[in-house]
Amino acid sequence: MGNRVAIIGVGMSKFGELWEKNLREITLEAGMMAIFDSQISGKDIDAICVGNMSAGRFTGQEHLGALAADVGGLGNLPAYSVEAACASGGAAVRQAYMSIKSGEHDAMLVFGCEKMSDVNQTEAMNTISVASDWEWEGLFGATFPALFGMMARRHMMEYGTTEEQLSLVTVKNHANAAHNPFAQFQRPVPLKVVMGSGLLADPIRILHSSPVTDGAAALVMCNEDVAKKYSDTPIYIDASTQGSDTLALHDRESITEMKAVKISARQALEKAKLSINDIDVFELHDSFTISEIMLTEDVGIVEKGQGGKAVEEGLTELGGKFPVNPSGGLKARGHPVGATGVAQVVEIALQLRGECEKRQVDGAEKGMAVNTGGTGATSIVHILGRD
Amino acid sequence: MVGIIGYGVYIPRYRIKTEEIARVWGEPGEKLAKGLGVFEKSVPGPDEDVATISVEAARNAVKYARIDPKDIGAIYVGSESHPYAVKPTGTIVAEAIECTSEMTCADFEFACKAGTAAIQTCMGLVSSDMIKIGLAIGSDTAQGRPGDALEYSAAAGGVAILVGKGKPVATIETTVSFTTDTPDFWRREGEDFPSHGARFTGEPAYFRHVGAAANLLFRKTGTTVDDWDYFVFHMPNGKFPLAMGRQLKVPNEKLEDSLVVRQIGNTYSGSAMMGLARILDIAEPGSKIFMVSYGSGAGSDAFAITVEDEITKHRGEVPTVDDYIARKTYVEYATYAKYRRKIKALG
Amino acid sequence: MAEKGVAGVWRKIRAIYNIQGNQCKTCGNYYFPPRLVCPTCRRKGQLEIHKFKGLGKIYSFAIVRQAPDHFKRQMPYVIAQVELDEGPRLTAQIVNVDVDKVEIGMRVRACFRKISEQGHEGIIVYGYKFEPTMEVTGHD
Repeated sequence: MGNRVAIIGVGMSKFGELWEKNLREITLEAGMMAIFDSQISGKDIDAICVGNMSAGRFTGQEHLGALAADVGGLGNLPAYSVEAACASGGAAVRQAYMSIKSGEHDAMLVFGCEKMSDVNQTEAMNTISVASDWEWEGLFGATFPALFGMMARRHMMEYGTTEEQLSLVTVKNHANAAHNPFAQFQRPVPLKVVMGSGLLADPIRILHSSPVTDGAAALVMCNEDVAKKYSDTPIYIDASTQGSDTLALHDRESITEMKAVKISARQALEKAKLSINDIDVFELHDSFTISEIMLTEDVGIVEKGQGGKAVEEGLTELGGKFPVNPSGGLKARGHPVGATGVAQVVEIALQLRGECEKRQVDGAEKGMAVNTGGTGATSIVHILGRD
Repeated sequence: MVGIIGYGVYIPRYRIKTEEIARVWGEPGEKLAKGLGVFEKSVPGPDEDVATISVEAARNAVKYARIDPKDIGAIYVGSESHPYAVKPTGTIVAEAIECTSEMTCADFEFACKAGTAAIQTCMGLVSSDMIKIGLAIGSDTAQGRPGDALEYSAAAGGVAILVGKGKPVATIETTVSFTTDTPDFWRREGEDFPSHGARFTGEPAYFRHVGAAANLLFRKTGTTVDDWDYFVFHMPNGKFPLAMGRQLKVPNEKLEDSLVVRQIGNTYSGSAMMGLARILDIAEPGSKIFMVSYGSGAGSDAFAITVEDEITKHRGEVPTVDDYIARKTYVEYATYAKYRRKIKALG
Repeated sequence: MAEKGVAGVWRKIRAIYNIQGNQCKTCGNYYFPPRLVCPTCRRKGQLEIHKFKGLGKIYSFAIVRQAPDHFKRQMPYVIAQVELDEGPRLTAQIVNVDVDKVEIGMRVRACFRKISEQGHEGIIVYGYKFEPTMEVTGHD
């Protein structure tokens, strides 16, 4: 051991439509919470990494690394942002992981943030569409719900997945979010309401889709020595892996699986020397409920095609054998694009620390966060554990 | 001899019934439809315009003629609804049918006869051997001001005719024109909808010009009505061509087959040409076709056409006028207004 | 600076007007949209221009009911992945069809339509959409 990477502090802003706050304010809020949580001294932090997809289009502001250092009063630290569409947050975590693992940095402040509600609907849709292949998908009218609609329709045809199963993911994730004080939708939603909600891109309904959200999440990550100095209960990153796939969905052999997830999840388990049965809690990227169904299969919880059944049979609910998205997931916690990957890791860390109260997975020791970008062109997997 | 070596048409899928338009304006639909001789008209989809219609028709024409589009030396697109005020439709067509860049191209406008003017231009270029093949297109997505009489007939469609030598499917024996300055119908720059002189569009405009051009053609060819198998007159509605036929003593059965206006309305620059295409779809080799177009402003082009044996070798290559007429979906006035940009808030 | 990406549209006119992609002469694979490098052969690849016939069938589809403003006039519209006869799939709208009649496996052909408009004053982008083949001769 010796050069393990630890998470000693976690923080989040409230997720939702934060009309009264701008990007700086929510980012600072999450960062301060993570720093207070870790009790680290500001002078021990030696770099900042920010995950963000498109602040330039959503708010008109880029150069978020310097912005984060500035608003936090962290002066002249090296700071930069990374972008991998909806996986930008995961990319920031992984960037910090590699920087600390290599010995270049000892302790880093990691952010994920996005302020989405300041633009109109057309601009929000167009901005998100550039995470797919804009030139060959978005331009022709393929919105994000349409792309996931095509995956869902194919999944239904190939494996018999039902509209009810797509809807049960929502029911489950909303039930979980009811116990998450940071979630955008802290209320359960009945199956009938989900199945009767408006169509976005058949078969995808509004309540099968993650919302437009403002939010930020932050971590204090450090090497083992720093971790021991500040924390009795550090959470360790057992594995950090990443994979890519074609940018356009139509270039993939199959659109009912995310190959990048399959590969990176398998590699992560190998690196952590774990099997899927060793993982106690999952945060899987449910930008649409069909994504959670597909990822349940692609990480290996169930066989290909059984993801719908898994949610139907309660396998992935709180108290099930493989609890998925106890936080409420992207669907109910909210999906501030660049913040999501960091928020997933925050949730897993809190679960392993046993601090999740009513949504706590009892005795969780190992957790997996899967953050994807676009329609699965990027997959970033983190496995976390506690000693 | 110069002739038509291929032709293709395109009619959008949507239709609105005359009765449906009349319903909105509180007019007696059934009576109006009968009086006008227009029972329904074609409506372009929200993503269709003169460029897309012209391309579809031109692709059909190239396939029908089995030519290499690189042999096309000129493209002229006649329309009163070009998508751009400045920037040719023809270059879009040229690129979409993969022509060579070594050709000439321009857009024409002469109300409803810009397409036949394009045919005449191509005839001149081909017979003088300046080019091998010319592509003449008449295509429109005509607009009628909501509530105006024209709204019942202003329709969308296009016809592409390849003019060349070699083995034409129909020979164009000769052509004559009759042109005056007669402001019966116009649209000023920047205006969304055309205006017209109401009953002035009849006697001094349509009938005078079509009649004069027809008589010129009879005289030039030394023929009478009896020497012709089919007559095609420009069809602003179903009433005018029949009245013209009566004036010229053309038996109804020689005119009937061209009257596509009843099912698709007035396709403006594509109107007379659509009637011609319908005849070319069905006429026996050896048939004689007498066609007169009309464009407000005003002028008429008359053509003497003979169907050749070659035509039987090309039929079935592309959908016919009747195939496109049969492919239809009715829309109600609200959808029509949405598609035709009559809802201002939608931009 | 070219106004609103005019050059960007112009650069790909051949691809989007006529479904012009490429084929790798080393492995024989067809590519549409056109690729800059053959992902199978990479440095050994030899890409040549290939014009696709524009015929295929629907691989999957969605009916779009919420879209950016410039698509509003067309809503609801069908977005599909079309599997071309030559092999590759592309993403396109399906037109000339009732949205409730679309099915996976449906035979479609390319047609020429307006894809988008860069506002009232800007250029019009034309290109491929697909439509069901008519059951008449000459429409496939």
